[in-house]
Amino acid sequence: MTDAALPRRQPFALRFPSVMIFLAILALFTVGVTVLSEGFGMGVISTSFIKTLGKTLCLCLVALAMDLVWGYCGILSLGHMAFFGLGGYAIGMWLMYARTEIIVLESLSAAALPPTPQEVSDGIATQIFGVVGSSEFPPIWAFAYSLPLQLAAVVLVPGVLALIFGWLAFRSRVTGVYLSILTQAMTLALSLHLFQNDSGLRGNNGLSGLQNLPGLGETPQSIVSLWFFWASALALALGYLLCAWIVSGKFGSVIRAIRDDEARVRFLGYPVEAFKLVIFTLTAVIAGIAGALYYPQAGIVNPAEIAPIASIYLAVWVAIGGRGRLYGAVIGAAFVSLVSTWFTGGQAPDINLGFYTISWVDWWTVLLGLSFVGVTLFAPKGIGGLVDVLIDRKSPNRHGADLGPDHGALREQEADK
Amino acid sequence: MLRFVATLIACLTLAIPATAQQADAPIQQLLQSQSDLIVKSSRRTIGPAIDALANSGLPQAQVVMDKWQTRQMWVNTETGLFIYAEEVDRDTLRIFDFADGTEIGEVPDDGYDQLKPNSGIRGLIGTALVQFQLSDPEPDTRRRALDAIERGAEESHLAALRASLGNETDTQILARKQRLERLLTIAYGETDAERIEAIQSFEGDLGVDVRAALNPLLSARIEAADVLPTDPDIGQVLSPGSEQLSRDDAYALLVSADLAKPRISVEDQRNALIENITDGQVAGIQVATLNSQEARDMAYVALADQGTVTAVATEAEVDQRLANHVFYERYVGAPPEVVFAAQAALNAIENKVAINQMFDLSLDALSLASIYFLAAIGLAITFGVMGVINMAHGEFIMMGAYTGYVVQLFIPDYTLSIIVAIPLAFAVTFGAGVAMERLVIRWLYHRPLETLLATFGISIALQQIAKNIFGTQARPLTAPGWLDGSLVINDIVSISYIRIAIFVLALLFLALFLFVMNRTRLGLEVRAVTQNPRMAASMGINPDKINMLTFGFGSGIAGIAGVAIGLYAKVTSEMGSDYIVQSFMTVVVGGVGNIWGTLLGATMVGFLQKGIEWFNPSNTLAAQTYMILFIILFIQFRPKGIIALKGRAAEA
Repeated sequence: MTDAALPRRQPFALRFPSVMIFLAILALFTVGVTVLSEGFGMGVISTSFIKTLGKTLCLCLVALAMDLVWGYCGILSLGHMAFFGLGGYAIGMWLMYARTEIIVLESLSAAALPPTPQEVSDGIATQIFGVVGSSEFPPIWAFAYSLPLQLAAVVLVPGVLALIFGWLAFRSRVTGVYLSILTQAMTLALSLHLFQNDSGLRGNNGLSGLQNLPGLGETPQSIVSLWFFWASALALALGYLLCAWIVSGKFGSVIRAIRDDEARVRFLGYPVEAFKLVIFTLTAVIAGIAGALYYPQAGIVNPAEIAPIASIYLAVWVAIGGRGRLYGAVIGAAFVSLVSTWFTGGQAPDINLGFYTISWVDWWTVLLGLSFVGVTLFAPKGIGGLVDVLIDRKSPNRHGADLGPDHGALREQEADK
Repeated sequence: MLRFVATLIACLTLAIPATAQQADAPIQQLLQSQSDLIVKSSRRTIGPAIDALANSGLPQAQVVMDKWQTRQMWVNTETGLFIYAEEVDRDTLRIFDFADGTEIGEVPDDGYDQLKPNSGIRGLIGTALVQFQLSDPEPDTRRRALDAIERGAEESHLAALRASLGNETDTQILARKQRLERLLTIAYGETDAERIEAIQSFEGDLGVDVRAALNPLLSARIEAADVLPTDPDIGQVLSPGSEQLSRDDAYALLVSADLAKPRISVEDQRNALIENITDGQVAGIQVATLNSQEARDMAYVALADQGTVTAVATEAEVDQRLANHVFYERYVGAPPEVVFAAQAALNAIENKVAINQMFDLSLDALSLASIYFLAAIGLAITFGVMGVINMAHGEFIMMGAYTGYVVQLFIPDYTLSIIVAIPLAFAVTFGAGVAMERLVIRWLYHRPLETLLATFGISIALQQIAKNIFGTQARPLTAPGWLDGSLVINDIVSISYIRIAIFVLALLFLALFLFVMNRTRLGLEVRAVTQNPRMAASMGINPDKINMLTFGFGSGIAGIAGVAIGLYAKVTSEMGSDYIVQSFMTVVVGGVGNIWGTLLGATMVGFLQKGIEWFNPSNTLAAQTYMILFIILFIQFRPKGIIALKGRAAEA
């Protein structure tokens, strides 16, 4: 970052106007949606659409994490949606446990004798694990009764997994596509594991009924959905600030340098592996938090959500939005996921070609895949590149040379600065 | 004159139909003596009647039982005589005499009742019939009788079988009879020595029937006593809480043998407490405080002290009782000597079975390895040699498989259609590969992450297009008839022909790859271009063209692999993505850029997966999970794979 060398540092907000603009837009959007919602204001926006918007904000947050790890640090991770799903599982365990506990206590209170703790626990286990033919709590549910411990798990489970995996992978200098394939393998292994009934997380049924918050039986979904919407917006704002802060300082310069030429940074004396590990773990934690906010709004989390294809879509969003700029990731995730909802929801009008009717429910994925190829080939800057055109920003001219001898993630025409 | 005689005979036979029956024939007398039982037709009481028939030694007994079993035996309601009959039409019977099988004539069925044995009785008759069938002149009948004995052997069969051995002429049937005779001797032999001899004759025999005959001999009953008895028929000593004998079962055994006080289940205890609630109290304890197991135990003890409920054992008493008794198995299946002989024979058989299973598992692993190798070999060219990461490789496999499916729609002959499909699949995927290289990959050389993403996009699009065209349900790709069935080496080791075919195909591909890369001009140019494109270009090689052809070649091989995999598994739009991660793993584990590495990688992945499945056979998902974890760890220790390229080639 050349700014760091200037004698007087300008305030953060002035150096990065995009952060302030983004936060202002997010605040306006949140207030606007709240006013128009069913729960508080005019009822223009339906509760289900509030949920969709809230979920989209969570996806924007995980896309931010992906941008940080891929766009800034050059690690194409195909595992971040797995961390996202793990966050959802962690919070889902408490939601399911607590809600079932209320139901079981209610039904047992009618019995002649007050229930023993064992009876309550057996009742909850039978309710939750009946679908996989079990009536005992697996060991991983040991802390499900406690909200604070499960909230800690939201952060710790993805964080520790990323730490171990990243340490193993970076230590043995697995980079580039090899790392991508390895992360994809990890994601596949995790989802295959969760698909088993004896994984202790209800196999392919996943955890369900997460939209009902325990103890809030009377509160209508229209209000609960707004709470989650606000929480998601707040998380996104904080996440954006954190990411912007990380990439603005010296740390950000180092990780960008690692992206462009890892070997050179290592020779300059930086512990490349440690930097990568910090970024990989931190983004995994952000993804976990995003997932913990997402799945209570979605209502269900199952192993299919963790499958490698989800992480690939995450990369697609970031690439379409524009890598290496935080607002690009947000734009990409919001745009693609909302358009995707629109097309796959059957709202898009079919196109009648006379001999064949293109039904978007079927053909949207094809369009998405091909547009992804198009973006990669013709618009590497993604939608965010339009901003450069608007503010007339020019990239430095390196006369077509590569950024580094190992042909890093970006070539010069894609790099920001 | 002649007509007159004919008319007379016709008149005679019509006028006196029943007179021809021999009421005093021995068979009829036997039937009459059992008449009550036969007509009553109850499964519980019919036994003596069938035995009497079977043991009568009368030649007609077989016919009687045969007709009886097939509901062709009728009884005259007036005379009570038995005959067998065919129904001519609804009201008329053509009746026959059991004594000599002569036709008596056609009569109205009013005077006759049909005997309708139920399935239980038919089964008993069938068992009794076996002894006749074993000596039947028709070999098929004898085989059917042997089948019947194999399905449900009985003690009486042994004598019948032995009696029929001497007259057997067919060597195959004789061998079967002898084997069956020895099996029956194990179960029903009269002397122990005879049984032990029969057991020992089966040493190392892998047949399932032998194990089925030996296992019941080892059946044991668990008993408890204060001290271990010294009887010879005592087997293993069991400790409560072990795998064979849980703590609860052990105590239940003591209770049933009146050696200990009963326990009470949580459920029964709760019910007992509920029954004894008076004024919100149980034995003076407030109901509201009974919210823990300890409190409930105390309340129950208080009730027992009052004498309202029976006293039960506390946990401490249970532990003490269990410690004071010894639990052991007592063999009840056979006398001890026979049991030991059976045990020894079974151990020998099990060892042999284990070795054979290992061999069978190796064959399975080998065929899985060849499938992985087939899936990965195209990738070994595009990724291993060219360094292009093609995530749509799995979709090329799918395209090949669907090509095979479409060809089968047009060419109904399976053999011919496969012969047509293989080159066609190559052509289709070769074309797709070349198009992809020209349109997309060429612009992304040296940008592997972008290549990965762009090919992902293509993979998603191709998968969805296939889904749109062919639907989501699996399509069959039928193998030719000569690939049906399997090569059976013994009862345990067998391998289906289709797997052998895939194995052979994998070897052929390996040979093809080696030939193309090492013996042809194209291979030379490919190697030159991948090592140093600029140098190759200055030698007059067109790198663009070579890259295009190489990519097409790799994709084409993926197409052929698709046909092979489609024969083995179902063709779906997602079949490619099932193999893509494993294929990349195979190439990476083996070592990029070396076909032998890919071969080793596939072998390792295949054996590993089957090995893990062997530990946990019910769960292939778990096997895949652990395999991927293992590969991730493996890459930690050998990041460049089993066979790492050295020198200049490694830098290319």
